[in-house]
Amino acid sequence: MPDKIKFTIDGKDCYAEPGQTIYEAAKANGVFIPVLCHYEGLKPVGSCRICSVRANGRWMTSCTQPVTNGMVIENATPEVEAYRKAIIEMLFVEGNHFCPTCEKSGNCELQALAYRYQIMVPQFPYLFPKREIEAFPGFLLEHNRCIQCQRCVRAIQTEDGQKIFALKNRSKDLRINVDLKLAARMTEKEVQKAMDICPVGAILKKEVGFRIPIGKRKYDQKPIGSEVEENK
Amino acid sequence: MDPIRKILQKYKRDRTRLIDILKDIQESEGSITQQAIELVAKHLKISRAEIEGVITFYHFLSDRPLGKYAVYLNNSITSEMAGRQKVAEALEKETGCKFGQTSEDNLVSLFETSCVGMNDQEPAALINGVVFTSLNEEKVRKIVAGMKRGLAAQEMVEEYGDGANGHELVRAMVKNNIRKAGAVIFDEFTPGQAIAQALNKTPEGVIEEIKKANLLGRGGAGFPTGLKWELCRQEKSDQHYVVCNADEGEPGTFKDRVILTERPQMVFEGMAIAGYAVGAHLGILYLRHEYTYLKKYFEYLLQKMREEGILGKNILGRGFDFDIEIKSGAGAYVCGEESALIESAEGKRGEPRDRPPFPVQKGYLDKPTTVNNVETLAASARIMLRGSSWFRTLGTSVSAGTKVLSISGDCQRPGIYEVEFGITVRELLEMAGAQDTLAVQVGGPSGNCISESGFGRKICYSDLATGGSFIIFNRRRDLFAVVRNFLDFFIEESCGWCVPCRAGNVLLKKKFEKIVAGLGTAQDLAELEAWGKIIKSMSRCGLGQTSPNPVLTTLTNFRELYESRINKKADFIPEFDLGQAVMDACQLTGRKFKEESENAR
Repeated sequence: MPDKIKFTIDGKDCYAEPGQTIYEAAKANGVFIPVLCHYEGLKPVGSCRICSVRANGRWMTSCTQPVTNGMVIENATPEVEAYRKAIIEMLFVEGNHFCPTCEKSGNCELQALAYRYQIMVPQFPYLFPKREIEAFPGFLLEHNRCIQCQRCVRAIQTEDGQKIFALKNRSKDLRINVDLKLAARMTEKEVQKAMDICPVGAILKKEVGFRIPIGKRKYDQKPIGSEVEENK
Repeated sequence: MDPIRKILQKYKRDRTRLIDILKDIQESEGSITQQAIELVAKHLKISRAEIEGVITFYHFLSDRPLGKYAVYLNNSITSEMAGRQKVAEALEKETGCKFGQTSEDNLVSLFETSCVGMNDQEPAALINGVVFTSLNEEKVRKIVAGMKRGLAAQEMVEEYGDGANGHELVRAMVKNNIRKAGAVIFDEFTPGQAIAQALNKTPEGVIEEIKKANLLGRGGAGFPTGLKWELCRQEKSDQHYVVCNADEGEPGTFKDRVILTERPQMVFEGMAIAGYAVGAHLGILYLRHEYTYLKKYFEYLLQKMREEGILGKNILGRGFDFDIEIKSGAGAYVCGEESALIESAEGKRGEPRDRPPFPVQKGYLDKPTTVNNVETLAASARIMLRGSSWFRTLGTSVSAGTKVLSISGDCQRPGIYEVEFGITVRELLEMAGAQDTLAVQVGGPSGNCISESGFGRKICYSDLATGGSFIIFNRRRDLFAVVRNFLDFFIEESCGWCVPCRAGNVLLKKKFEKIVAGLGTAQDLAELEAWGKIIKSMSRCGLGQTSPNPVLTTLTNFRELYESRINKKADFIPEFDLGQAVMDACQLTGRKFKEESENAR
């Protein structure tokens, strides 16, 4: 394969198209790299850091880093996996995540990753922040569950490119801010898209709940990552 | 016409001027109201949510009404050491207003702020943008009395500092405190000669000369300047840009303040030289908000340079066009990171970008951009004048030239020292008149806290690299208070974009406090170190990657301090104090919890 890029993940020979990111290339080779902020079709922002790998010895996020010829990638090593687990735990203690009562339970990527990484009790102390729930005409914004991944910021914009969702504040007070006027004009379809694209249960469409019972949802059927690993 | 519309017209529909627009509105109206946000949103065709995002990112922008006098008191460690607490108390007492609030009569708002670049004359504060230095209780009383009489902040500046601080367009009480002038930056400089020398060469020739001089980036990271220019030049584009990073925000750094005050034209010429080298026609001076008091002076000098033909169209009649525009931040340490600075210069939230692409490939407005430190640009002007061979006679083989250091903390002569690379920490301590030194923070909070065993180490890129910050602590200081101040600084200044920096630093501080409070075990100490390493490895930009350094470097160099605080017998001590948690309930019901509380321990 002359035009292909050759690289390795944990010693396994892999091939990639030029321009592919490490994440994309790994997926094409049947190797699962967990992501939370990344979503196919959206510009990667490298905010959650869960997809971090060691590429040629250096820490890099696989959603933003193009793969290069001869790259040696450490992905499922104990060190990399331990650091990813720490990030998931940070997200759990930084917000207020009560899975049993959450509409997104079973469809939640954060919850699914916590299962995959077998998190029982986080190594960090819970911060129990005081956060609010905001109501908009078509949906609720549950700040307790928001992980500031910016998927909604990138995916849901007006036709002329105005941001309906935007970041507000900084540091530990970073929040998603909704433009009241623009949000009021969102169609039902857009609201559904926002809810579906949210990896957790932060954006909730009003007047629908638990249509699919817990136990029969996406990650109740098959654990996260299995769809990639089946393609080995 | 109402003032807001007038401001909007002035900046046309230029999205990159959003921060300027918001600053002007705040200055004119006292705050940025919902009504103003609405007008700006319509004018620039962006959402209100996006504008609110920009306002809430920057420390000096406010959507809440501020008092007639907005006081921002520096809370950096050197300010603490110089008596910030007493000044803060006096401010609260005299104004009857608490920090974070506005007084009932709307006269004064009090805020804390991160380092304002005045560490050699602390405690310092900005009042309506005017710098007040060496504050004490008596000065506070006088200032507040002046406010009550309705004096403008500038009118309360009684004495001007030395050099250009006294220029009629500056009129600042700031002192230069140049203790040692070196051959590169603070030697005599005649405007116009350096750019003339550069124009005698080809652009490639200029790059070659800078490469031969082995000039490394003076912001602290030490990237080779010649290589940066070359990479930028090689990018094919209709536009290239030069950006001067004048956003020194690392606590303890104030050297760019003095370089910009005393050698501004040398910096501007350095920008023009860089522009000639990379093929740019516009340079942006990104000036930190805290140094806005120098802006009018710069504008005057730039105009003068244009009139003298050393800036603007057809410089020195040699067919090279280059001009300089000043842009300002609005208070955010992270904007010192070059890609965050570019975002901010484009009028956005100052959040770092992912790399690749690097700024030399896609920088300002996605065009190839070289971002250089103030001192780097000034040094390149000197290299044009005196040549690379001369430059390399200064310093060490790896680190050529001089470094301007800003020394503060426990010493008799805080101020600016331009020294050759290779000087030891001990020699610097002696020059500054430091005695009984416990520790030196080299490179600011993101740098290294070294103990006496490291005083023989050298200031250079292969040993102790620094952007210029050098803070001295004597043996009477509590190093834990220093680390606490630095950790709070990083928590405050994290942009929050990535998880390890946003959440990790809060958790790291919690663990640190547990240990300092005497509730730590060997396990806690191990976790403190491990968590620091996670944040370092997983964070997105330089801020997060260095934010655990206050903990990690003191753990390395002052481990005995931490060891002395931990309980060596216990395997585990809960952080949660049941007695404390039910204290309120106990008091309400009139019951005592003493006994159980002891059991819980």
